[in-house]
Amino acid sequence: MATVRNFKFSAAVVAAAALLLSACGGSSDSASSAAVDPDVDITTQKLVISNWAGYYPEDLAAKVKEAIGVDITITNHANNEEIMGKLTASDDSGIDIAFVSGQYAQALASGGKLFNFDKAAIPNLANLYPEVADLAYDQGNNYSAPYAWGTTGICYRSDLVDFTPDSWNDLLNPKDSIKGKTTMLATERWLALPAMKLLGYSMNTTNADEIAKAKAQLVKTKPTLLAYDDTAYYTKLISGEAVLSESWDGWCNYGTAENPAIKFVIPKEGSDLWADTMVILSSSKNKEAAHAFINYILQADVHAWVANNILYKVPNKAATETLDPALVTSYPNMGLTPAELLKGEVVLDLGTDSKLYTDLATAVTSS
Amino acid sequence: MVKNGGSKTSRHLGWAWASPGLVFLTLFAAIPVLSMLFMSVLTAGRFGGVTTPINFNNFARATDPVFVQVIINSLLIAGATAFLSLLIGFPTALFISRLSRKWQVIMIVAIILPYWTNFLVRTYAWLVLLNNEGIINKFLRNIGLIDKPIEMLYTPAAVIVGMTYLYLPLMILPIYAALEKVDKNLTEAAFDLGSSAWKSLRTVSIPLAMPGILIGFIFVFVPSLGNFVVPELLGGGKTVMIGNLVRDQFLKARDWPFGATFALILALILIVLISIQSYVSKRVNVNA
Amino acid sequence: MHRRINLSAIVAVFVIIFLYLPITAVVGLSFNKSSNSLIWKGFGLDWYKTIWSNEPIMSSFQRTIFVAVLTTVLSLIIGTTISIGLNKMKAGGFLRTFSTAPAIVPDLVLAIGLLTTFSTISMSLSLTTVIISHTVFCTAFVVAVVLARIGLIDPAIEEASTDLGASAVKTLFKITIPQLMPSLIAGAVLSFTLSMDEFVIAFFTNGPETPTLPMVIYSMIRFGVTPEINVLGTLLLVISFVGVILAQRIGKVADSI
Repeated sequence: MATVRNFKFSAAVVAAAALLLSACGGSSDSASSAAVDPDVDITTQKLVISNWAGYYPEDLAAKVKEAIGVDITITNHANNEEIMGKLTASDDSGIDIAFVSGQYAQALASGGKLFNFDKAAIPNLANLYPEVADLAYDQGNNYSAPYAWGTTGICYRSDLVDFTPDSWNDLLNPKDSIKGKTTMLATERWLALPAMKLLGYSMNTTNADEIAKAKAQLVKTKPTLLAYDDTAYYTKLISGEAVLSESWDGWCNYGTAENPAIKFVIPKEGSDLWADTMVILSSSKNKEAAHAFINYILQADVHAWVANNILYKVPNKAATETLDPALVTSYPNMGLTPAELLKGEVVLDLGTDSKLYTDLATAVTSS
Repeated sequence: MVKNGGSKTSRHLGWAWASPGLVFLTLFAAIPVLSMLFMSVLTAGRFGGVTTPINFNNFARATDPVFVQVIINSLLIAGATAFLSLLIGFPTALFISRLSRKWQVIMIVAIILPYWTNFLVRTYAWLVLLNNEGIINKFLRNIGLIDKPIEMLYTPAAVIVGMTYLYLPLMILPIYAALEKVDKNLTEAAFDLGSSAWKSLRTVSIPLAMPGILIGFIFVFVPSLGNFVVPELLGGGKTVMIGNLVRDQFLKARDWPFGATFALILALILIVLISIQSYVSKRVNVNA
Repeated sequence: MHRRINLSAIVAVFVIIFLYLPITAVVGLSFNKSSNSLIWKGFGLDWYKTIWSNEPIMSSFQRTIFVAVLTTVLSLIIGTTISIGLNKMKAGGFLRTFSTAPAIVPDLVLAIGLLTTFSTISMSLSLTTVIISHTVFCTAFVVAVVLARIGLIDPAIEEASTDLGASAVKTLFKITIPQLMPSLIAGAVLSFTLSMDEFVIAFFTNGPETPTLPMVIYSMIRFGVTPEINVLGTLLLVISFVGVILAQRIGKVADSI
């Protein structure tokens, strides 16, 4: 008797599960429009913002409160995947504004998760470099406002490396003197980047043959690596554990700040152009305050203050013109012009083909 | 399988007591886990989440050599972790069970105390210890034993050591609990009757402690298998285990059904293990 | 007897060293003036002073304790009622396994499953969802610990109590619970410890505004191993050490009453 009861119990559980599941999934296909209601008092709204730790000035919340009267809570995510996971897992993650890299903004928008900006409420968009409005992941900046931009290159200890690196080959097929002391970025798109560029392919390619060749090179590289690291590689450079790393440009500056022997170089084969953007989630109930926040950040002096603080370039023309020249002397990559940056290839969302790169990364890292 | 028994009233009383809790577990354990595993036969939503149609493509895709290799590696690493824990955990538990009551308590507390320091902090400590420029290497170089650093970090070995470190108490405690119940007179008797120390260990202590050993093994093997934090931190991204696969598919590829497929594989391995454990456990109990 | 003890004694000592080596590193490095753990810049208490003003760490620490306490209370209640019930009906293998399974389900599986369930029932993520999630697996541990002992209790004592006219509640509090006490304490300690330390499930089921301590620590990794993390580790160690001594003192006093 007990067993029959147990069986019915399990059957009920499975049925319930199936029922629940049918409620999952599916969402509209385009971003919804956020017409800002001018009569709303934004000081009554609160914002929950998700950003990388250390990617904003410490007193940002206080300054925002002072300037536009809105209370903000900033929560951190360690990488794009983490925040994407949170945003896609439920219809309302509780987050109003997220800082995500451009290709992820593109993915979120195509899944209907973002508001299209009411541009009248963000006049400071005009402060941005005109080229930035043209970036392929969101032409026209309809749903993403660029916060910082840059490129990927090689960050190295000029005092511990006996040559000047200038090619992705220096990382992918390292000299004996630096074997075992190199790191590569772990995120799959950037993991593939050096191989793609070295072989002359686009970093957005979905061609199976090109991906296979890139994979072969990356698998060859793995035994020479110290580690795959997205976050702590500059501390490895400071301690000397690593002497040469694939690195985002601003990230390298954190190393230079502690040890001026740490330098950055863009390999001659070329690299990418990435942008970290601010997006408003369509589940947000505070879109007026959200627009005001973005507008505040894009203000020339505020954006310049951000740049000074996080040592990344900001795509804000008005702000960059007021940048302290001493900063550029200490951190040369802060002085990269839009023209130079635009030589890099914009990172795009690959939709369902993303799995090609995830599989590539899995195959390489587990080899 | 023992069926529910007892008198009718005590059975009804039993259900009265247990029902609220069982409902809670059904709602928040059974349904979530089963629905998540069920996802493996669904299709990935264009953008995260799941939709129909129901299909079994994911299982075919999971047989790709890359993934099979990851599963095999995970089993090996988790197995190594469990065996290492057993190797050093069993003698430790044995030693503790022979101490005076007061010292037993002190030792148990000493073993559990590190647990209160947050596992992330302790895992990071291994980063500092095993690093090429870290404490152990610097020490060995200072005393002239080596001139090039021993590469310990960012290797599968580092992952095994890291996980053994985390789960060792889970091996020691069940074995200690089992040994504690072993009548010390039995081992004394065996010894007095002329068996060597090793023989009495083998014929008396180990078999009687077997339920504890099996539980300890599972308590270490299972979390090791599904772990993704330690391979990431101590393995330098170079050691990929099932846990990393599940996490990557859910968070990076946003392919929930495929991630669920590996979670299902994990769950199946679990079920096999537990069945073995309970089968062996019963045989041992019958023989004892 | 001697030979056996010597070999196991050596291993036991090695194990203690093994367990405490990282702890020593954590404590030692908390005094490191440099912000990079791999470079020693001298002995100082600097980081002990700054950690109190580290708002994310302090507030998440309070939250984590709050979650752990509530989880422990809930798990004890739910776990004990399940155990009492299962014992009375002399439950077979299925129910026992069902009630203890959450303890060994891989945390990632449970975490993602709970996340999707909360989403389906439109329950927004917050500390509440974390508490529910933690209670799930802590309950399983409590059941495992209590069930083991409850089977050894002589049911005759309980029967005698009810025969003598005591109500069910009175029997529960005066007879059953005192007899289960060691298991209840073990279950409580286990639940509290597991919840305080738990990262994966909290990571997936927590709301964005209320990170727990393990989540804060994890998000700090981008800067490598900072001394503040080591200070935290040391403080946690000291607190738990003090807690254990206190518990022992209280136990002695309770015994003598």
